[in-house]
Amino acid sequence: MDPRRVSRTVIDPMVRTVGFNAPGAPPPPQPHQSIQSGTAESVAGLVSSSPPSVSDIDPVGNSLSPVMIPPPNHASVVPLPGAVPTQMSPLRMNDSRTGSYSPLESLLETLSPRSRVNVSEFADETTVLGLIGKSGRGILEKTASSLPVSNGELMEAATVGGRSLRMTSNLTKVSVVNMPMDIPGIEFIEKGKGASVDVQKERESGGKKLKEKTSKAERRAIQEAQRAAKASAKNAGTASKNPKQQPKIAKNSQKKDNLQIPSKSLASEKNDAERLLEKDRKRDGSLVPQPRMQFDDKHRVEKAKRRSVVNRCEARNIVELFRHLPQYVHGTQLPELESKFFKLDAIHPSVYKVGMQYLTGDVMGGNARCMAMLLAFRDAIKDYSTPSEKTLVRDLTAKIGSYVSFLIECRPLSISMGNAIRFLKNRIAKLPVTLSEAEAKINLQSDIDHFINEKIVIADKAIVEHAITKISDGDVLLTHGSSCVVEMILLSAFEQGKQFRVIIVDSRPKLEGKMLLRRLIAKGLSCTYTHINAISYIMHEVTRVFLGAASVLCNGAVYSRVGTACVAMVAHAFRVPVMICCEAYKFETRVQLDSICSNELGDPNAISKVPGRKDLNHLENWSDSENLQLLNLTYDATPSDYISMIITDYGMVPPTSVPVIVREYCREQIWI
Amino acid sequence: MNFQVVVLVGGASKTLTPLVSKDVPKALLPVANRPVLSYVLELLESNELKDLIVVVQGQDAAVKVGSWISSAYADRLNVEVATVAEDLGTAGALRVVAPHLVANDVMVVSGDLVTDVSPGALAAAHRRHDAVVTALLCPAPVSGASDSGASGGKDKAKKQVRYNIVGLDPTQQFLLLLAAGTEIEKDIRVQKSILRAAGQMEIRADLMDAHLYAFKRSALQEILVANEKFQSIRQDILPYLVRSQLRSELSSNYQSDMEESWHGKDTVQNIQTWRSQHQAGARLSFPDLHSLGFNDGNRKVNDHLPATRKSHKCCAYIASKSTYCARVNSVQSFCDITRDVIGDSSHLSGYSFSLQNNIIHPSAQLGIKTTVGPQCMLDEGSQLGDKCSVKRSVIGRHCRIGSNVKIVNSIVMNHVTIEDGCLVQGSIVCSNVQLQEHAVLKDCQIGAGYVVTAGSEYKAESFTKK
Repeated sequence: MDPRRVSRTVIDPMVRTVGFNAPGAPPPPQPHQSIQSGTAESVAGLVSSSPPSVSDIDPVGNSLSPVMIPPPNHASVVPLPGAVPTQMSPLRMNDSRTGSYSPLESLLETLSPRSRVNVSEFADETTVLGLIGKSGRGILEKTASSLPVSNGELMEAATVGGRSLRMTSNLTKVSVVNMPMDIPGIEFIEKGKGASVDVQKERESGGKKLKEKTSKAERRAIQEAQRAAKASAKNAGTASKNPKQQPKIAKNSQKKDNLQIPSKSLASEKNDAERLLEKDRKRDGSLVPQPRMQFDDKHRVEKAKRRSVVNRCEARNIVELFRHLPQYVHGTQLPELESKFFKLDAIHPSVYKVGMQYLTGDVMGGNARCMAMLLAFRDAIKDYSTPSEKTLVRDLTAKIGSYVSFLIECRPLSISMGNAIRFLKNRIAKLPVTLSEAEAKINLQSDIDHFINEKIVIADKAIVEHAITKISDGDVLLTHGSSCVVEMILLSAFEQGKQFRVIIVDSRPKLEGKMLLRRLIAKGLSCTYTHINAISYIMHEVTRVFLGAASVLCNGAVYSRVGTACVAMVAHAFRVPVMICCEAYKFETRVQLDSICSNELGDPNAISKVPGRKDLNHLENWSDSENLQLLNLTYDATPSDYISMIITDYGMVPPTSVPVIVREYCREQIWI
Repeated sequence: MNFQVVVLVGGASKTLTPLVSKDVPKALLPVANRPVLSYVLELLESNELKDLIVVVQGQDAAVKVGSWISSAYADRLNVEVATVAEDLGTAGALRVVAPHLVANDVMVVSGDLVTDVSPGALAAAHRRHDAVVTALLCPAPVSGASDSGASGGKDKAKKQVRYNIVGLDPTQQFLLLLAAGTEIEKDIRVQKSILRAAGQMEIRADLMDAHLYAFKRSALQEILVANEKFQSIRQDILPYLVRSQLRSELSSNYQSDMEESWHGKDTVQNIQTWRSQHQAGARLSFPDLHSLGFNDGNRKVNDHLPATRKSHKCCAYIASKSTYCARVNSVQSFCDITRDVIGDSSHLSGYSFSLQNNIIHPSAQLGIKTTVGPQCMLDEGSQLGDKCSVKRSVIGRHCRIGSNVKIVNSIVMNHVTIEDGCLVQGSIVCSNVQLQEHAVLKDCQIGAGYVVTAGSEYKAESFTKK
């Protein structure tokens, strides 16, 4: 169970208004949904922001981990109902109108007049809950105990959970429990949970002894139980969030129930179940991207390590808050990878080359990386031939998957790459069966070409055209780091004869602005170069800020090179318009409020050393000190408040309109 | 990974006389009782490079090398042996096999290399930079033994150790200058254009060219065809490539294969243009910078087509200090390598050492009170008499050694007979040599089949059978 995550999801109104729920889509009669909607939907439906049909279409929307978790005290800061966009899923409207009822709701009504105004507005409920916070706790506890629930765990959690967050999370669970018992899956969840608790207790008491003495079958049973428990706990929390997963839970717990009986005759059945589960998981995987790996989860890291091609040496002294991000000792990966050059037969040479270029930093920047990757895949597809007794669609998808995991080992994927990979996999999956292998390959190659051309090359031109209208004579433009689109804008504005001046703000350790500066000066632009610590001084004279982005998230936040947020904030304070230039293919359906959950850690040595200053060696051997951690973040998230405008290939939009673009243009189906 | 390997094997060698003879071509010279060539072949094998082309100088040598390979590496490697004339240089040898090369990149390795540097690392660096040539440079080995006392004194005096002068860019990835040590007298010329493009050049004399290269196949073939008079890789091809890297005359370069299959021409051009404009965003290596005109500041506005890039990259892979890398190209280096292989770098030998840090074949027979010290090797069927002492030496197969013999710091090859009371110190005794009673050898090289008469004493001399 993962109450915190869920509750936070609930609290954040942005999540609910992600915007991939098409307003016109009629609520399809999904069995689980309909059953749920009776009593549970009031709370559960609130969490599941989209009807299942939509979640089918848009896999990203359902992914769990990318939903960003605000710190608890944000609960009350979250925009109140007024801020909730009016666009609502019709399903939810229906639900609320049909009068879904739960004791909680009535409680809320008595508690707060506001909630009575519009109970269906979930933001209301959560915020109310958040506001009533500690004071309302006792009442909530009462509610919980007064509920006709046999689940002791809930009460336990309710009493334990002191904060409003915990309580909201329990609310979600309440909805699950309240469901009519004719759903087999739910029953199993409960059972599974109990069993898992047992197992865990057993483990705790047995300790190592258990590990050593159990037979293979028993060990397996325990493993299965744990897995099932984990899945069920997770799903119990998020069940309503993703109705699709319910059958999986059912299967999961069913299987586990079988396993509770320690009988070896069940072995074959178990295998069957396992296979089924595996299949299920795969199918789910194609729809829902796996949650990003959290590197503080030791078990999983261990597993991933065994799979990985590159043996990486993990860094010590990681900042506690960022333990979930991968961090390796810099410089250990390349020699390792190099020495394996001839042993990695499974990796296509082009892909290998691109991977190494990522690793060494020869290829940087969202567009360049994405393009390099696609061209490498293109080469790989060209050289691909389907092995006998395999189908192209499946085998090629697996191949691409293995390439992608290799690239991830070299450097975490950028969002642009993630979108491109999704596009490519989609194209492979949608290949007509009638095509011959050669035709299919040519098809895919031209798809890739078109993607690069339309989504990057032509998109850049469109952005330049839009942006140039915002540059007028006498302007002083400021940019941070080195963005290829911004560079194109500046150059073409200059070629059009506009009179303006450029200020390039740079930041350590990469100092990418120097390259941009060099190129601009070579063209004859008038430039000023400064570092980010002078930003508040230099901002006085600036009339416009142009920034690039690694991604634009659905809540309008911009995910970009670290330092961008600072520049945007200062610009905002000085009332200088901030324009973000970003191709639409980099838009992301997820939401992020801070730069903690998903980020990339750079080489800590890069910030401990100052090039050219050998005397500044105070941080030498820093890794020996237990008390010192260095943090070299690569990205940060700029809140949408600081952004005046986002310039995309579809035009100039305010940050609030990002969901619209994501909804209308950024689906794999219409990407070509 | 689309690599082909060419192993260049020399036949005779002037620098290795009297060790090398007609019967023992250079490639089969035993280093720790294994032919030199086996070190290269096994290195390649361990890197999954199993399709090799071995080019041997000289007909006789080719037959011998071929038969040895087929006996030792049957079922393990796919080896094709090509024979070239004795007087043909390395470039000439390559020219002979060039038509057989089909892979994108070719790795050329000298057969006398003893190293544990992974060829994969070199190949990876080559691929990463999309280079025309990548050369392995390794820290020059410290010649002469630090602890061997008098041994090798003569060689040291005779040969002034001089290695290549190498110019590198600040990132130590690109070759900017290459001059062989022997050509350097007072001054070397540095091309201004290259220096300007790189901004900075590091000139080093402590690096040795290990004769392990990766070439782009198309470029290599073009050069070999275009320049008929090129004889040597090291002296002709490599300097040529380094010299001309900013005004590349290679037409095949950058005409990437992918272009053939592009579909829409416009799409192609768009993407290529974009890429060439945005080479940056990354650390640019200096040839890129140059070709993009950043350094000149007067780039033509319309030259955005990739075809105008007229440079190629010459890369260097510098082996780390911890690796072992040496070539058997002189008597001295032969001694050094043998000592290292059974000593400090024993992982190269592929043998497992005993607790006493030596290798004694089970079939070897030792007399009473005979001691074999650490870092020694005693191979199959050798017999030692009583009261012998062997220190830091290698003794080959089926040697018969009498009583009271001292062998220190020496290499004794196969089927050698050493009679009672001999002293062999710091010497190399080739196969089938007979040392009669009470002969004393210090720092000598005895060619195969020679007979050293009883009671003679020699110091720092070399003998060959007439």
